[in-house]
Amino acid sequence: MKVQELVDKLGLKVLAGKNGLDREIDGCYISDLLSDVMGNAQEGNIWITLQTHKNVMAVASLKEMSCVILVKDLGANEDTINQANEEELPILQTSLPTFEIAGLVYNLLNNK
Amino acid sequence: MELKSYRADLHIHTVLSPCGDIYMSPTAIVEQAKKLHLDMIAICDHNTTRQVKVTQQIGREMGVFVIGGVEITTQEEAHALAYFETDEQLDKFQEFLDEHLPHIPLDEEKFGYQLIVDKDEEVVGEEEWLLWSALDCDLDTLYDKVHEIGGLFVPAHVNKPASSLMSQLGFIPPDLKADALEISKHVTKPDFLKKFAYLKRFMFTKSSDAHFLHIIGEVHCVLHMYDLTFDEFRKTLHGEDGRYIDTEPKEKLQLLFG
Repeated sequence: MKVQELVDKLGLKVLAGKNGLDREIDGCYISDLLSDVMGNAQEGNIWITLQTHKNVMAVASLKEMSCVILVKDLGANEDTINQANEEELPILQTSLPTFEIAGLVYNLLNNK
Repeated sequence: MELKSYRADLHIHTVLSPCGDIYMSPTAIVEQAKKLHLDMIAICDHNTTRQVKVTQQIGREMGVFVIGGVEITTQEEAHALAYFETDEQLDKFQEFLDEHLPHIPLDEEKFGYQLIVDKDEEVVGEEEWLLWSALDCDLDTLYDKVHEIGGLFVPAHVNKPASSLMSQLGFIPPDLKADALEISKHVTKPDFLKKFAYLKRFMFTKSSDAHFLHIIGEVHCVLHMYDLTFDEFRKTLHGEDGRYIDTEPKEKLQLLFG
């Protein structure tokens, strides 16, 4: 599944990194500790988090993740947005809390 | 003028921090610092400065230079120390803290007491909201605010696996805005820089992060500067004109004086 399809099916808002919407998704990782994501996330993962610091983009890019979903309507600051556009790595936004968006993503990825 | 050396423990909690031991009164802290021959200490409670002024008063009476500080919790849940020179600066920052600390009531059973005491160790007040919470401001905003007021911003125990820039942000941003970095007792500066050479541009401090009296001075650093003033402290954090900080002094205070 591509990021664009995730955006369409779950009604996510694209905050940045539009040029990366054709990235292929492979699984999902959820954590708000960036060191934990560095250690455990895998290539192609969606990353669901409430962290908005610019380092989020550095970690996502380093781990070659497919996109970042910010929960609870959290916005990214300007630095983070610029980095996402540069890296062509989409930052998506949902109004849902982590538990609920995670459930939707889980069902979508597992065809339920 | 020649550089002089000053023993410093720049990160000490009082009984006002929920995790601070009940015996950490301003008077007891200054007495312990005096006993250990510390020249300067800084009071850094979690997200409050309300114990600073009384400790500074006692420090003046007993001949220990007490810097007014606070250990702030950023939105990312990284800890950072802020140091201020004047009462006015402290008041301004306290106002800011009051605005940005979430109103989560303290549960004393679970988190401990948050008591403000006077120099006779009488309780004169308490913090109502849980000081352990994170402020609703991110790292960069807090740096800017501290600087706008005229203070200094030093991310705390940056090497630690919890509540640090490293744990919360995965790595320390190369373009981080800070006046210096604090490392904990668990690492030496040379060992830390072997792994993170890109942080060489910073001056480092090392302090006890004491929550108990017997931990004060367990580790300390030695500031090489021209005088015992806040302005000299600022210049030393910035490494101006040859001023520097030794984070691994040979003498151990506890053994020498304890």
